[in-house]
Amino acid sequence: MPNSPADPAGTGLDGLAGPDDLTGLDDLADLAVIGAGPAGTAAVNAAADLGLSCVLLDAGALPGGQFYRQPAPGLRAAEPQALHHHWPVFAGLLRRLERHRAAGRVRYLPGHHVWSVSGSAGQWRVHAVGGPEGDTALTVPARAVLCATGSHERQLPFPGWTLPGVVGAGGAQAMLKSGLVLPGRRVVVAGSGPLLLAVAVSLARAGAEVPLVAEASGYAGYARRPGALAANPGKLAEGAAHAAWLLRHRVRVRTRSAVVAAHGGDRVEAVTVARLDRDWRPVPGTGRTVACDALAVGHGLLPQLELALALGCRVRTLPDGSPALEVDAGQLTSVPGFWAAGESTGVGGAELALLEGELTARSVASALGRAQPGENPGRLRTLLRRRAALRGFAELMAERHRPGAGWADWLSADTEVCRCEEVTAQEVREAVDELGAGDVRTVKLLTRAGMGWCQGRMCGPAVARLAGGDSDPAGTRPLSCPVPMGLLAQGADD
Amino acid sequence: MSRDPLGLVSADPGPGFSFTFDGEPVPALPGQSIAAALWACGRQSWRRTRRTGRPRGVFCGMGVCFDCLVVVDGRPNVRACLAPAEPGLRVDGQEGTGHAELPR
Ligand SMILES: Cc1cc2nc3c(=O)[nH]c(=O)nc-3n(C[C@H](O)[C@H](O)[C@H](O)COP(=O)(O)OP(=O)(O)OC[C@H]3O[C@@H](n4cnc5c(N)ncnc54)[C@H](O)[C@@H]3O)c2cc1C
Ligand code: FES
Repeated sequence: MPNSPADPAGTGLDGLAGPDDLTGLDDLADLAVIGAGPAGTAAVNAAADLGLSCVLLDAGALPGGQFYRQPAPGLRAAEPQALHHHWPVFAGLLRRLERHRAAGRVRYLPGHHVWSVSGSAGQWRVHAVGGPEGDTALTVPARAVLCATGSHERQLPFPGWTLPGVVGAGGAQAMLKSGLVLPGRRVVVAGSGPLLLAVAVSLARAGAEVPLVAEASGYAGYARRPGALAANPGKLAEGAAHAAWLLRHRVRVRTRSAVVAAHGGDRVEAVTVARLDRDWRPVPGTGRTVACDALAVGHGLLPQLELALALGCRVRTLPDGSPALEVDAGQLTSVPGFWAAGESTGVGGAELALLEGELTARSVASALGRAQPGENPGRLRTLLRRRAALRGFAELMAERHRPGAGWADWLSADTEVCRCEEVTAQEVREAVDELGAGDVRTVKLLTRAGMGWCQGRMCGPAVARLAGGDSDPAGTRPLSCPVPMGLLAQGADD
Repeated sequence: MSRDPLGLVSADPGPGFSFTFDGEPVPALPGQSIAAALWACGRQSWRRTRRTGRPRGVFCGMGVCFDCLVVVDGRPNVRACLAPAEPGLRVDGQEGTGHAELPR
């Protein structure tokens, strides 16, 4: 197939579920995969290679997930690789996906959000809503299910964080990659974690002026675990390349610094950047104002676990306080027949997600009696070795960028902690100090924090810490996305 | 170095079109979300909150925060960061939230 600017990978995928994908969905599939990011896409490809019939459901319009988020086809980007590392890897994944789809081994359902999984091993039912209005219901029966739902950004509030122009760092990246737009002309990048450098480079390359990148932790601590670094030269080189690019283009990167306030009337006009101590407490007298018309901010990523938690999957806590699904050597969760791969098992980047997807496919195939457990032992050894190395690196990053307890000193009494319900820091503190609330649930009942549209995804990390915890709430949300009432009733009958 | 996102990826978009936001025409390129088109014309906010009436726009940029809600052709609670811009759409800013529509 000739490649066109609208379809640079030459896949023919256009973001729509074709009629072939929608027929025969009542037949029991071998594997239903939720999420078409690196993990889910790698898993369906490998599973289809092994002869399994697969259904791939994804909330997005195009495959790729967060890392490989593509420009909309209508924008006809001839060189999407300018915004993407490893584009050839992704293009290869897409071509394989399209081949499997054409051969009927994979049904791909973009634009379908899974809101619940019911049943048990061998007879799962995956419930999704789709269609332009989000009100078309669909249920996919499958023997095995893979949860590859990725992550969202961890946010920590500070005065002014609700001002228009203050946006998630990953969110700014996502809007840039998909819509080819910038949040402003002069964008400060702040927060913590390796994503910040990647975002700063993308924004600057796309034409934004980036006066400053403020990282609340430091990079020096990486050197204290030479083993994890030596095992991951690629990861290290990637970070170093971003840092070198920023240096060359005179973008200042300040470690142990944070945006502790954003200022403006109807939109952000400036931010205060302060030095932090080890615990992320602002050092008095170090605050400095930086003019900007946008702030891209984020404090790491949190796995999206709703679907798995509703099934009772066991969770572990990573060194940065984030909850992640516990899995065995073949990526199987504690619930039989329900696998997990990619960031839902801990944030570790696209390469790790790809490996985990492939390992899942092998494990599912052998569980269903369709492949020998140790088939192609050379490849298996490579996958396991790389996974161990990358997980070691992920753990190191999580440790280095764990939010410091002193973060709460950034708050003023009237800072809105819960964006949806507009609940202030003072209201949350009163619930904790005067009414004795000791967890997210009790604070929510007393103040409404976490009761709004986002179901606590934005305020949960802050509320949990203000209530005395030192990790992010795993949270059991009733639903993974808003579902029209009528469909809920229908789902319950299934 | 290229100085805008379209140039960076050598984009050659199909013909642009417009939709209205609060009655004003907003230009858009095929494939852009409503939020992306609003950003492209320098607009960062389009909603007011229920309790304090403060302005909001995109925050998470990926469909999870619901801060970017708009009314599209009379239908409230549409996430502007996900909904594609289409020729002739009537988009309006949203006052407050539309909780009543959903189970809590
Ligand atoms: C906003 C954001 C931006 C990021 N940008 C970068 C970056 O620029 N560089 C980088 O190295 N890393 C980035 N990351 C990290 C990146 O997520 C990982 O490196 C990688 O994409 C993880 O792959 P994954 O397959 O586990 O998940 P993802 O790539 O996140 O894919 C998960 C997929 O599951 C879908 N999904 C989730 N829930 C459901 C559901 N209930 N029903 C149906 N579908 C669902 C999502 O739509 C998505 O397509 C970003 C993360 C976020 C949150
Ligand atoms: S910006 Fe968060 S849902 Fe649209």
